[in-house]
Amino acid sequence: MSEVAVEMITVVIDGFEVTVPKGTLVIRAAEQLGIQIPRFCDHPLLDPVGACRQCLVDIEINGRAFPKPQASCTIPVETGMIVKTQLTSTVAEKAQRGVMELLLVNHPLDCPVCDKGGECPLQNQAMSTGQGSSRFEGVKRTFEKPINISSQVLLDRERCVLCARCTRFSEQIASDPFITLNERGALQQVGIYENKPFESYFSGNTVQICPVGALTGAAYRFRARPFDLVSTPSACEHCASGCDMRTDVRRGKTLRRLAGEDASVNEEWNCDKGRWAFKYITAVDRLKVPMIRDESGELVEASWPEALAVAAEGLKAQKSAVLVGGRTTHEDAYGYSKFARLALGTNDIDFRARVTSDEEREFIAAHVVNSSTTYRDIDKADQVLLVGFEPEEESPIVFLRINKQFRKRALKVVSIGSKESIAVEKLKAQFIKVAPGQEAAAVSSQNLTDKSVILVGERASESAGVLTAVAGLAQSSGAKLAWVPRRAGERGAIQAGAIGNLLPGGRPVTDAAARNEIAALWSANSLPSNIGRSTSEIIAAVHSDEIGALLVGGVDPLDLDDNHSALAALDKAFVVSLEIAPSAVTSRADVVLPVAAVTEKSGSFLNWEGRARSFDAAVNDSLNRSDLRILSMIAEEMGTSINLGTVTAATKEIATIKDWQGERSKMKSVSALPQQNLSTNEALITSWRRLLDLGTLQEGEENLAGTARQTAAVISEKRAQALGVADGDLLKISTAEGFVTLPALIENIHDDALWAPRNSRGSQLLTKLNAVHGEVVTVVRA
Amino acid sequence: MTKLAPVLSAHWDEKDSFTLEAYKRHGGYKASEKALAMDPDAVIQLVKDSGLRGRGGAGFPTGMKWGFIPQGDNKDHYLVVNADESEPGTCKDTPLLMANPHVLIEGCIIACHAIRAKHAFIYIRGEVTHVVRRVNQAIADAYAAGILGNGIDVVLHIGAGAYICGEETALLDSLEGFRGQPRLRPPFPAIAGLYARPTVVNNVESIASVPAIVMNGAEWYQSMGTEKSKGTTLYSLSGHVVNPGQFEAPLGITLREILELSGGVRKGHKLKFWTPGGSSTPLFTDEHLDVPLDYEGVAAAGSMLGTKALQIFDETTCVVRAVLRWTEFYKHESCGKCTPCREGTWWLVQILRDLEAGKGTEADLAKLLDLCDNIMGRSFCALGDGATSPITSSIKYFRDEYIAHLTNGGCPFDPVASTLFVGAGA
Repeated sequence: MSEVAVEMITVVIDGFEVTVPKGTLVIRAAEQLGIQIPRFCDHPLLDPVGACRQCLVDIEINGRAFPKPQASCTIPVETGMIVKTQLTSTVAEKAQRGVMELLLVNHPLDCPVCDKGGECPLQNQAMSTGQGSSRFEGVKRTFEKPINISSQVLLDRERCVLCARCTRFSEQIASDPFITLNERGALQQVGIYENKPFESYFSGNTVQICPVGALTGAAYRFRARPFDLVSTPSACEHCASGCDMRTDVRRGKTLRRLAGEDASVNEEWNCDKGRWAFKYITAVDRLKVPMIRDESGELVEASWPEALAVAAEGLKAQKSAVLVGGRTTHEDAYGYSKFARLALGTNDIDFRARVTSDEEREFIAAHVVNSSTTYRDIDKADQVLLVGFEPEEESPIVFLRINKQFRKRALKVVSIGSKESIAVEKLKAQFIKVAPGQEAAAVSSQNLTDKSVILVGERASESAGVLTAVAGLAQSSGAKLAWVPRRAGERGAIQAGAIGNLLPGGRPVTDAAARNEIAALWSANSLPSNIGRSTSEIIAAVHSDEIGALLVGGVDPLDLDDNHSALAALDKAFVVSLEIAPSAVTSRADVVLPVAAVTEKSGSFLNWEGRARSFDAAVNDSLNRSDLRILSMIAEEMGTSINLGTVTAATKEIATIKDWQGERSKMKSVSALPQQNLSTNEALITSWRRLLDLGTLQEGEENLAGTARQTAAVISEKRAQALGVADGDLLKISTAEGFVTLPALIENIHDDALWAPRNSRGSQLLTKLNAVHGEVVTVVRA
Repeated sequence: MTKLAPVLSAHWDEKDSFTLEAYKRHGGYKASEKALAMDPDAVIQLVKDSGLRGRGGAGFPTGMKWGFIPQGDNKDHYLVVNADESEPGTCKDTPLLMANPHVLIEGCIIACHAIRAKHAFIYIRGEVTHVVRRVNQAIADAYAAGILGNGIDVVLHIGAGAYICGEETALLDSLEGFRGQPRLRPPFPAIAGLYARPTVVNNVESIASVPAIVMNGAEWYQSMGTEKSKGTTLYSLSGHVVNPGQFEAPLGITLREILELSGGVRKGHKLKFWTPGGSSTPLFTDEHLDVPLDYEGVAAAGSMLGTKALQIFDETTCVVRAVLRWTEFYKHESCGKCTPCREGTWWLVQILRDLEAGKGTEADLAKLLDLCDNIMGRSFCALGDGATSPITSSIKYFRDEYIAHLTNGGCPFDPVASTLFVGAGA
């Protein structure tokens, strides 16, 4: 695909020449000159609509003047065009003043009690473009206010200026046309279908782009005035999409998070989880002081020196390993990685607190670390292949980007899986339906080109051979390959070497030259050279007494398969836990050290592309410290310095580490398991985590939880007939471990499969069934 | 004196004029036979040559519109007939379709052939159930007779009763199943209309005029009318006249002539004001009796020919009251898409209500005019413009009457005097 040179066009606006690409709208060409034409409905990422008429300007083309002022948000520049805005045309100035007056005719002017007051485009532009007082003396139209259009979004129809930004966003960007404009004339209003709330994963963006206070979020409503907030650019900690964010804090308390602007990543959008799931930061049960377990076995508060001493002693006394979840910053992961190698002298470290495989670890070293596939590659792709990956649920901005290209140029999307998802329907993707566990063959049979992009999710590790097949397909076709994990810290952890087979920068631990580079940087004589244990091997080693102590940071053992074994290992080992809140780990730990949540520290996350987004602490007066500061103190206490006293120190050190240029480690081929024979009441389970579910970082945000998708067990028509069930009938799904009971939902799913959400209310598959993908479950009518 | 020239309405007075049999009796479907044997481009040229202009209000040359459809683009093309006649005072398409639905069907066949369309959609307003039934029957009869279905299909779509759906792009949205709101142009319907395919949208009367042109030739059609407004057209006369109804005459006839033909203003009264083309065209007074009712003549006198809906009001009518009623209509029918029309009509009604009730001062007239200035030419489509026409034109001609309301502390007129039942049973 050769890039076509863009034709440039020169126009004159208010007497100044500006040269812009063909197709640029007049309103945007004016922006290039710093001329701000007032506007409401215009939004650079939405199709023009020309509804509000606020941006009227006078235009002539080659001496021919338009008879009436034109909406500058709908007209592309043309050669010979002369534009006069409100600055140089009295007609445009009066037209804009007139429209502004009309916009306020039915607006309640309740700015003093409106959340938007102080950051309101209507308020601001009424000041710049309107008149001091209204000539309207009549009766305004009134509505009941506000009304819930979802549990999270409130609509005040009186304030609405009917710019249709929200409805266009929902349709054009999210492909969730759950809100529309209804009625007509001054009674026109945004509305939802009866009993069909605005349950879009992206609904919060409508609140952000609403140019008035018509759409507000329940979580922030009446909490603050914009001018009392201190805003800090931040990065989203929820998933690996890598959104730019803004965190608004009032008197030390995080009150609001907004999507930031990054054209390369999230444009101006984010998902509702990123926007609204931050109550965990201010939860009342946050850990604040260190704790140690006393002789009676109770956790008691301790001073920092006391706790650090106990931790150091315990870790030093026996063979230790590190379990660090996938949610740490790049810098913290680097701290854990360095701590494991220097203070503990081991490669027994794994950031993967989820269902994993050795195949995946090899895949990571061979194909993920230092990889450079980006969003831009999706923009240019001839097709996108999704393997073990539901972008809307697991990396929502990836979904928005694919959707953008689908809407713009009908980008071909192929999805390999067992159940057709909502996103697959929205993207009109080709759905290749396979039995759980049989994905590898479908992957290998794909025809891709070197313009294609393969997006493989972390769930691919749950079927043997899939990652082998993916690597083979990328190799044979030349397609770009990207592994998209769910958690925000996983790519950073990989780059930092928080895994048993890699050192920072993608250096294989088994490569002497690679070890030497890092050893030199760390002023260490040598580094351990064996491949370290994986998460499950570490747990097994605790049970077999090969490992006696665990350093655990940000891990929920209930995310692991066989979590009984994991919990037992935590009970058995000496555990040092770095956590923000009480958990299944802290309750079993011998030393609990409180750490900073993401808004309380600086650092950076690497998204799935490997793109870094650094951020400063949004809450400055927190006493909580970043993980690596505490690791540094433990290391000092152990007599081994890791020299990472501050995030800045880590950042500087990381910056000196170049990507490994030597040979990458190879992956061993893994074959798929044979298809299992099922009896009538058996099914192969498959599942994924929904964007909104029981994830710990969503705790305490009930309004957000209210917009989660319904929990159900999805079965095929054929199975439904065999079981004699209809939609809504209860199914009992059981394994030797236990059972869940869920309402049936008949959808497009492989006949052998049963799908249920992995961690939603009533459907916690890991803890209840210890089965998430490919395992045999028994399904009967409840 | 120019006399009536019934072409479309030639046989309306026959009892069975609406039947296929009657239509054929007068040479019906001969024109389509002739046209189908012609090269499509020749048909377009013929219509261009005839000078036929759109009868829906804007007067855009019909042949030129057809010529805009890209040819050889391998896309489906569509003909859409706008039968959503909703302009206050306009009542020409309804009787035309009642009396002779087949002429529209034949026109559709010819137009489809010319623009290489296989489908014509007739979008008819839902309130006129009797017309819907009649057109449906005519279409069924045409299919039964093998006239339709041989490569050209006609579908009747019933609107839900929104004035805005007479605006061609709102009509297309409505036809596609969306809420009727005008679309952004470009793209124009000729490039991306119905289902984003090249589409011609024509008024009923425009399409119905085509068979006669095909039969009798462009020269014949050219021989009627004025220099730039050719042919005959239906003038809908209503209001305070002795014989209201449809008057088909060559373009350029004057209201004075039509009133003579129709028995004049009701007995004992005299003309006060009138609309040349429905309520959204600036109104005229008795000074305009001799304005030629063609596109140029009406425009030169400061109004628009529009739909040629001649609503006649005699001296018993309060102009403020009439204008308020029209404005209430526009407020009710504003689709809500753009600010000036949506909020403007909401406000205009309140000011006019106050003025009619004698509340306010002369300054309110200035405010009213300034408000109209902020709506006119600022709204998304012509509905907003149309809403201001009766207000600005009535203040221009009858400012004193507005002021009289204020000095009188209310309306100086007896509303009963303007009714047709005045005196009855008194």
